[in-house]
Amino acid sequence: MSKQLIVALSKGRILQETLPLLADAGIAPLEDLGKSRKLLFDTNLADVKLVVIRAVDVPTYVQLGAADLGVAGKDVLLEHGAEGLYEPLDLEIARCRLMTAGVTGAEPARARRRVATKFVNVARGYYAELGIQAEVIKLYGAMELAPLMNLADEIVDIVDTGNTLRANGMEPRELIAHISTRLVVNKAAMTMKHERLKPLIERLRSAVVARRGETTTS
Amino acid sequence: MTIADRWLLPDGMDEVLPPQATRMEALRRALLDLYHCWGYDLVMPPPVEFLDSLLTGTGTDLDLQTFKLIDQLTGRMMGASADVTPQVARMDAHSLKHRGPARLCYCSNVLRAKADQHQGGRSPVQVGVELFGHAGLEADLEILRLALASLTTAGAQEIHLALGHIGIYRALVQAADLDADSRRALFEAIERKSPSDVRALVEVQVTDSRLAAMLKALVHLHGGVDVLDEARRIFSDAPAAVSEAFDQLQALCQGMSSEHAQVTLYVDLADLRGYQYHTGMMFAAYVPGYGQALAKGGRYDDTGKAFGRARPATGFSMDLKLLASLVEQLPACDGIWAPAAAAPADAALDAVITRLRSAGERVVQALPGQYTGPTEHRCNRRLVRMGDDWQVSPLA
Repeated sequence: MSKQLIVALSKGRILQETLPLLADAGIAPLEDLGKSRKLLFDTNLADVKLVVIRAVDVPTYVQLGAADLGVAGKDVLLEHGAEGLYEPLDLEIARCRLMTAGVTGAEPARARRRVATKFVNVARGYYAELGIQAEVIKLYGAMELAPLMNLADEIVDIVDTGNTLRANGMEPRELIAHISTRLVVNKAAMTMKHERLKPLIERLRSAVVARRGETTTS
Repeated sequence: MTIADRWLLPDGMDEVLPPQATRMEALRRALLDLYHCWGYDLVMPPPVEFLDSLLTGTGTDLDLQTFKLIDQLTGRMMGASADVTPQVARMDAHSLKHRGPARLCYCSNVLRAKADQHQGGRSPVQVGVELFGHAGLEADLEILRLALASLTTAGAQEIHLALGHIGIYRALVQAADLDADSRRALFEAIERKSPSDVRALVEVQVTDSRLAAMLKALVHLHGGVDVLDEARRIFSDAPAAVSEAFDQLQALCQGMSSEHAQVTLYVDLADLRGYQYHTGMMFAAYVPGYGQALAKGGRYDDTGKAFGRARPATGFSMDLKLLASLVEQLPACDGIWAPAAAAPADAALDAVITRLRSAGERVVQALPGQYTGPTEHRCNRRLVRMGDDWQVSPLA
């Protein structure tokens, strides 16, 4: 960890919404992230580099200090555990809800409820807190299929509009957590590079606040 | 069983090979010599103790980290030491019973049931010191100075020292009078330094607006030493314990900056590490290139109470494996190569080898039929016959 700042960004939709915020804070990649197959990018600032990785890997990179700071969804952070990370800023982008969902109208019949999800830690904790004995089945995608194929009674997943659920004859049930994208910072980096990091976080904070005004007026 | 199953080591259990083992041992000796010079006595805690003694005081959150086994003699549960500090606290409170301050140091292998996220795995070598029986800042300052001296001994150059004080958060949260659930949520939000989560909680749960403002400010109060001045302005009407904590931190910062100009100070008023057992100042030392602290410590008064004697206590610990990686120096090529023993024993050769070895030289004697030579065995000189005698001469 030199004086350089490494920023780990989550691929996909979050990336599209993160770049304008970074631009407002004065950081712009030197090439189009979407068109390149590279993973490590230079920016207009000589001491700032971007890595673009899968969202679930961002907490690991930042926790172990391979990146100084990162951008990750709260869903990923809840599942991964936030040990060793600071979460100084809610970027207020890629908002959605982490919910349970099931087949419309169906009663959870079994004593031992089967739950399909990629958020196994979150699901285990959530059902345990409710006093429900749940058997958690790890899937990597297409959760909506699991109840239809009688693989699970319920799913725990990210719900945005709920259209995918409805298209598959399912309904959202209980809210587990409101999700938005967070800025995360490695604790050692915060200690050693606070003079560089704190102004950067403040600029991002103003960018977030400025955007908040835009969305309410539009 | 395949061959792979035989050589495979369990997750996080690593062996230390040359030259790293040599470096670790040299550093262990250097550190223990340093502690000896500062008046710290060496203790060697047992590798296994009854679980009840391990999980007290600083060990309360070590339950999941501790390997457990049953004592066949008593039927009681035992644990492999996952942290030496509770063991040393037991020694001070029960075994030693010093009347005045006790200065103790240790270097022990510990085991962790769950692998550390960072290096160190499940079998770190913990080295550290504890100072019992003095509640004053002088003791804390001595511990801080010794921690920095240890890191310097290990070859650390650009040290960043993070200082905090658990008394600040304790006093504020006590004044806020929250229920258990909100207190846990607030703790997590402050630990993550998440202003939005703290604001959401505090606005609903804390009625006193001045207290709410202080809790919200806490997550922003970290940075250089000037953070303390800023904090004094914001916390002007905080509980007395808070300004006491500020005074202590200020005094520590002054004590450090006057002597250690090369150390960068960082103050974090929202540091909650070790909340279960810390009672005063806390610190962590960082070095560029490492995503984790190399030394951690602080004050943890009264943990000896569980063993019948509450005493003020302060100290720090480090992982020797991690410390020894600071300087990746190759071992010196400084040995003397001796020829293999002749069939009728050569008394002159044996005598010269014995003499060189007792003078501290590393002498490697060849074995008959050996293919490898002096350079492979890190020798830069060899023994050469000169008439009836043997002489050391540089490698040709």
